[in-house]
Amino acid sequence: MRKGVKQIEYTVRGALGLCALLTLVTTIGIIFVLSSETIPFFREVPITDFLFGTKWAPLLEPKSFGVLPLVTGTTLIMVGSAIIALPVGITTAVYLSEYSSEKMRSIIKPVLEVLAGIPTIVYGYFALTFITPILKILIPRTEIFNAASGAIVVGIMVLPMVASLCDDAFQSVPKALKEGGYALGATSFEVIGQVIVPYSASRILAAFILALSRAIGETMAVTLAAGANARFSFDPLQSVQTMTAYIVQVSMGDTPQGGIEYQTCFAVGSLLFLITLAMNVAGQTILFRYRRGK
Amino acid sequence: MTNEAVMTCRNLNIFYGEKQAVFDVDLDILKNKVTAIIGPSGCGKSTLLRSLNRMNDFVPTFSMNGVINFEGKNVLKEDPMVVRTRIGMVFQKPNPFPKSIYNNITWGPKIHGHKVNFDELVENSLKAAALWDEVKDRLHDSALDLSGGQQQRLCIARTVAMKPEVILMDEPCSALDPRSTIRIEDLINDLREDYSIAIVTHNMQQAARVSDYTAFFYEGELIEYGVTDGIFTNPQEKKTEDYITGRFG
Repeated sequence: MRKGVKQIEYTVRGALGLCALLTLVTTIGIIFVLSSETIPFFREVPITDFLFGTKWAPLLEPKSFGVLPLVTGTTLIMVGSAIIALPVGITTAVYLSEYSSEKMRSIIKPVLEVLAGIPTIVYGYFALTFITPILKILIPRTEIFNAASGAIVVGIMVLPMVASLCDDAFQSVPKALKEGGYALGATSFEVIGQVIVPYSASRILAAFILALSRAIGETMAVTLAAGANARFSFDPLQSVQTMTAYIVQVSMGDTPQGGIEYQTCFAVGSLLFLITLAMNVAGQTILFRYRRGK
Repeated sequence: MTNEAVMTCRNLNIFYGEKQAVFDVDLDILKNKVTAIIGPSGCGKSTLLRSLNRMNDFVPTFSMNGVINFEGKNVLKEDPMVVRTRIGMVFQKPNPFPKSIYNNITWGPKIHGHKVNFDELVENSLKAAALWDEVKDRLHDSALDLSGGQQQRLCIARTVAMKPEVILMDEPCSALDPRSTIRIEDLINDLREDYSIAIVTHNMQQAARVSDYTAFFYEGELIEYGVTDGIFTNPQEKKTEDYITGRFG
């Protein structure tokens, strides 16, 4: 054995293990912090009031802790962004993997990556100064802060992820399978719609779920675009507040630490965490089933 | 039976970019006969076969010139989608769609709007591919649950369901075990009653067993073409003799 090799091996192993441990510790830490403030909160506020109440006013008297307005705000953003990102993302992927020339692909792929790399706060300004004015021209009663603008911008933000994951899924369809379709005289459109997409269905679904959970967790862009008005409403032209935007509001404001107002932030954070966790688990489960199935 | 040609290739040249893969080939695919295309790896036999139904169109640098006469038209000038409905293809690796057995067979006819009784079509196609007895009780199970040999016969059934004139087979047994191979060979024997078949194979015994005519390719050129018995017992060209006696390849 060469001299010192064993020591290096041990050191490397230790360093790598430590890094891996760090993610575990962080996750446990986050869960601990969230629950350490969430549990006292639910001693004060019955969990049913929180989950099913339709009025959210924790900072004003009389206080009210119904989280549903934040949930509807978040849902508006999620659904709206899905309406944009899912169809555009999947059609972009279809175009990239089946129709585009190598040259087009070499242009569009990097542009998508740039789109994915823009800071979210910039997207927020883009929504406020570009999308909202256009919406106001189209529909005059649109408020300055509105859910539609936020939804559109979040849709644009998650679009690259959907397109890229779907493209990966289409690329992984065996060439032999496509050829089998073409050999029966099918058109590209028929092969895509009836062979490629069904074959990649589970991976497309997983991409959708991951995109949706990102849309739910998105913060800065929606805070800027959709505002901070917790309203139990499904009107996309009004200002809404999402769960994440509420957390920003409390964190940035002068809410004293330790009070019930402060704790709401953690209760909302916990709910958000559980929702995105559930969606990620669902997405991963589908992917796993797909991998095992083939 | 007369030796009527269903496809005639004349002066066929095939290129990948600048590189020529097939040189000036004249070849006839005869009606209700099995024509084997043999030769060492890289001799252009698969390239030629896949050009007959325009499957090479998907290769970006591919180009070809010459004439492939088929049903009074030049395949090179026709709509490839139409060509492929008349000239079916079975591939090296079984490639059933991730659908039920039933839907694998009806998919082609359905997208082309064929108005037929699909139950009958499925039964007849599976019978033609000698698969009916094995799967008749589970037509709606996934095709992916079948064995490799069964999948390949399903792919043949799927091709037959389109009622093509010609069936091209690109090393259809190379991914199969010996028993499945024999079944496919028996099947090819039966299919010649209704179809004209061109089969690429690297297995000379297989060519000798299943084909009526054999074409030997070497480095993109058609070296020798004739009745299979003649090619294997009395080759006219030195290269053919060297290849079939196993001196190279």
